[in-house]
Amino acid sequence: MTSVPVSGHPGRGIRRFNRASRKAVLNLLGLLVALFALFPVLWMISTAFKPPSEIFSLTPQPIPLHPTLSNFQQVFSGSVIGMPYWNFLKNSLFITLVAVALSSLIGLLAAIALGRFKFRFRTTYLIVLLIVQLLPQQALVVSLFIDFRKLNLLDSLVGLILVYTAFALPVTIWMLRNFAATVPKDLEEAAAIDGAGAWTRFWRILLPLISPGLVSTSVFAFIFAYNEFVFALTFLGTDTAKFTLPLYVEYFYGQNSTNWGAIMASSTLFTIPVLAFFLFTQRRLASGLVAGAVKG
Amino acid sequence: MVTSSHSRPGTPSPAGSTPPGRKPDGSRHTTDRPVRPAPVLSFRQRVGIWIRKRGLGPYLLLVPATAVIGVLIVWPAVQVGLFSFQNYGLMQISGVEPSQWIGFANYSQILHDPEFWSSLKISLYFAVIVVPLTLIIGTLVGLLLERLGPRMRTFVSVSALLAWATPAVSASVIFAWLVDPDGGVVDWALGKLPSWLGGGASWAGFSWTNAPLPAYTVLTVMLVWTGFPFIAITVLAGLRTLPPELHEAARVDGAGPWRDFWKVTFPLLRPIFLVLALLSTIWDFGMFTQAYIITGQLGNRDEYNLGLYEYSQAFTQPPHYGLASAAAFVLTIILLIVTVGYVRAAIKQGAFA
Repeated sequence: MTSVPVSGHPGRGIRRFNRASRKAVLNLLGLLVALFALFPVLWMISTAFKPPSEIFSLTPQPIPLHPTLSNFQQVFSGSVIGMPYWNFLKNSLFITLVAVALSSLIGLLAAIALGRFKFRFRTTYLIVLLIVQLLPQQALVVSLFIDFRKLNLLDSLVGLILVYTAFALPVTIWMLRNFAATVPKDLEEAAAIDGAGAWTRFWRILLPLISPGLVSTSVFAFIFAYNEFVFALTFLGTDTAKFTLPLYVEYFYGQNSTNWGAIMASSTLFTIPVLAFFLFTQRRLASGLVAGAVKG
Repeated sequence: MVTSSHSRPGTPSPAGSTPPGRKPDGSRHTTDRPVRPAPVLSFRQRVGIWIRKRGLGPYLLLVPATAVIGVLIVWPAVQVGLFSFQNYGLMQISGVEPSQWIGFANYSQILHDPEFWSSLKISLYFAVIVVPLTLIIGTLVGLLLERLGPRMRTFVSVSALLAWATPAVSASVIFAWLVDPDGGVVDWALGKLPSWLGGGASWAGFSWTNAPLPAYTVLTVMLVWTGFPFIAITVLAGLRTLPPELHEAARVDGAGPWRDFWKVTFPLLRPIFLVLALLSTIWDFGMFTQAYIITGQLGNRDEYNLGLYEYSQAFTQPPHYGLASAAAFVLTIILLIVTVGYVRAAIKQGAFA
């Protein structure tokens, strides 16, 4: 992307003072937007460190006066469901990582087909993917529940892995396809002339050039699967030991709706890893994010 | 890895430069049929040639994805349609009685249910309010981001994207706490506001989740909070594709920022705005997780939107999977209509090129 200079005033004929004050107003507005965006998350973190007396104080404090870890202790000791946070983190990570690996692998194959070959149903396939991706999950969950009940996949991590793999696929394929399509054909042809077989060309040329795309699609698939709620809620209804983190946080909230310190602590432990992960990868993501909406 | 080795012969080969998989391998070459000097091909090589000749490569590569999506998304969607014409309930799912085809009975029952209509109305009103609000705020932030210095821009956009990346469950639980009547910061802040701004002591202990209007006010703020960063970042990316000379020309012609936006920016970015509006409509009309948590985990029937209504038919006792499927079908059809618009917009933008 070419870096277009910020279109401010041309500068000529405009007094310095005006420019400075305009800049100050814009920066102030920017800070307000950032505050609006960050406030709920910051308030969650701050509440998680507050003792009950401060949580229900008549004048809420932005920063805990007497920070405490007791809320986190409740979450780690498992005083609600009888199982500590780690159990649910383990479930979530297991399901998420397997689903991401599967959808990346399957998605890569499909993306190569859609990005590097011209064939009859290519456009149709892409359109179907686009539609499928927007089907409401709370509608499909009804028939999936009935099917999974017959197949004994309820209360099972395997069932969730299958669903997450499937629902991460359309976006994965769409994004990877764009990456696959940008690898120049000449590169492959040159390699073919040098005697590289299809397999070598895949490993030595296509894969290294698609791998940045693979990173961003994995991040998206990870965020989707780690955050997913409707399927987890429906399929893991009875067996609390199998709960994923979002279901655990929601259950925790439902079970002690006044213990806000502990609820916010559980929510913090669930949210911060995603946000940290997102922060580390956002440079890559931002470009992939808009690639879908803006013609690249 | 099984799948990839299986489809190995189909990996891309530029047309024209496809050497058949022959290798100068003469060591085991026994010629008992001297008429044809065909090289000995392994089974794999023969399969590879056959696939290439018929152009089967892309289709083979698509097999795993098609199978997974077909079985776990497309087939369930078809099944929702099928179940909506059956009396599928507790007896049927436990196998005590077989399910029967009952025509449009589920649909007629739903259409005569006032709760269905109130939930549909809530979904519609919500989308009609939230989508424009998110678009306007997102666009304003996008325009602001374009005018900020590089550092400030990065800071603001990353902060905004953190809101976007916050999981729906966390956001819902956080907002439930923010508006809690007992210790929530929103009621406290509203109580401190001067009365001419609508503040006052009457806000103390105000419950936001016990009635549809306040509950959906909270959900509106929450979905704007979640949704505006995506709009802002996309609009920013669009703005940066516009040549700056256009704005300068408009300014020379005496256009203020308002006219500049409507006469220059908006017409050029119209396709992006269309896509964003349609995507936001699909997301907001189909909102589930946030509504589920804020309205009390299916506890308040008068606060159902269409998604909650449909879900509660299937997953509160006694279950009515047939009715739920009919409602789900209605929900899906409404969203599909919007989706068709979205696909057409995407095609116009050249997304399939």
